[in-house]
Amino acid sequence: MPVHSFQEHFDSLIDREITIEPKDWMPDDYRKTLIRQISQHAHSEIVGMLPEGNWITRAPSLRRKAVLLAKVQDEAGHGLYLYSAAETLGITRDEMYNQLHTGKAKYSSIFNYPTLTWADMGAIGWLVDGAAIMNQVPLCRTSYGPYARAMVRVCKEESFHQRQGFEIMLTLAKGTEIQKKMAQDAFNRWWWPSIMMFGPTDAESPNTEQSVRWRIKRFTNDELRQKFVDVTVEQTKVLGLEMPDKDIKWNEERGHYDFGPINWDEFWNVVKGNGPCNKQRLDARKNAWDNGKWVRDAAMAHAAKRKAREGGVKAA
Amino acid sequence: MTNDKMNITKNEWPLWEVFIRSKAGLDHKHAGSLHAADEQMAIENARDVYTRRMEGVSIWVVESKYIHASDPGESASLYDPANDKIYRHPTFYELPDEVKYM
Ligand SMILES: [Fe+2]
Ligand SMILES: [Fe+2]
Repeated sequence: MPVHSFQEHFDSLIDREITIEPKDWMPDDYRKTLIRQISQHAHSEIVGMLPEGNWITRAPSLRRKAVLLAKVQDEAGHGLYLYSAAETLGITRDEMYNQLHTGKAKYSSIFNYPTLTWADMGAIGWLVDGAAIMNQVPLCRTSYGPYARAMVRVCKEESFHQRQGFEIMLTLAKGTEIQKKMAQDAFNRWWWPSIMMFGPTDAESPNTEQSVRWRIKRFTNDELRQKFVDVTVEQTKVLGLEMPDKDIKWNEERGHYDFGPINWDEFWNVVKGNGPCNKQRLDARKNAWDNGKWVRDAAMAHAAKRKAREGGVKAA
Repeated sequence: MTNDKMNITKNEWPLWEVFIRSKAGLDHKHAGSLHAADEQMAIENARDVYTRRMEGVSIWVVESKYIHASDPGESASLYDPANDKIYRHPTFYELPDEVKYM
């Protein structure tokens, strides 16, 4: 088949909403874009364990501790589903780790903010996992099979994450004056970074059109952000907390809530590595990797030794 | 760079494909893949990664290098022989109306 007909065949699969699988022919740019998107998503799940891991030993009750532990363990699982989906595109796990550890690959900027109080566990589950779900649900129908199947698993597990966060917020919001203040403070700090999670505005996202065409993105950043703002305003009423953005206002004509200007300078500054915890997060990952080396080597040595021994027994 | 890359890959734990039987009576189904040093670790990792919510009653792991797959580029010729044998389907046969159950 000449190259152009490979391309035509691929385009027609995409147009007919037929899934692309690892052994199918695909354009280089599609492969590269997917590797970048899936591996960054995987990195975000893995680095995302750190801010919450910070509170596991200090959870206020055994129930909260068990729940937080289960949630963080799920995030590790999400990272692993996604890394293995990316590997089907021809990149190795070690190459991806290397890209993360050298700063070549990014992860979601939200995880470069600190978790100062227990209420942050509520705000993260409610807002950060909430925003992630909004991003991820449409990806269950993305064009690349292994990615779509990983996302189905991820989404099934995510809804408990958001609910446990909301439950923490609700408990604090209905608690003592100090607890309510704590919830409001966490909300205030996590709100803006959460709506930045959807990425730059559509005008600043030149690749959106191609990604939508390839069905590796199904809604634009601004569409998803608006959807998130709309549902969060309603949930905030249930909590009895104040929206951190004073410009939030129902717009009858648009049928959506208007919101205030986003501080994109802050966003880009954190992306570039200057957020409050960028260095701390990356150091934690690198240390875990470096200090775990002897364990990885020992496991390989043990496996090799056992194999040799079993081989010897059979031969005898 | 090439040397570096080879070095990295050489130390990687092998890749395994994981198949899970979700409940008694059903087939094992592909769930995904993972890295592990040997088969026992692969099964234990598969339990942690793919069955945190009792998704399985039995796990198979196969080292990925032992999986052989058909070539999608050849599916036309590979499946072609099945295409023209519609008499393999029950709907090919016309039965008189009097035959109620068959
Ligand atoms: Fe997750
Ligand atoms: Fe989550």
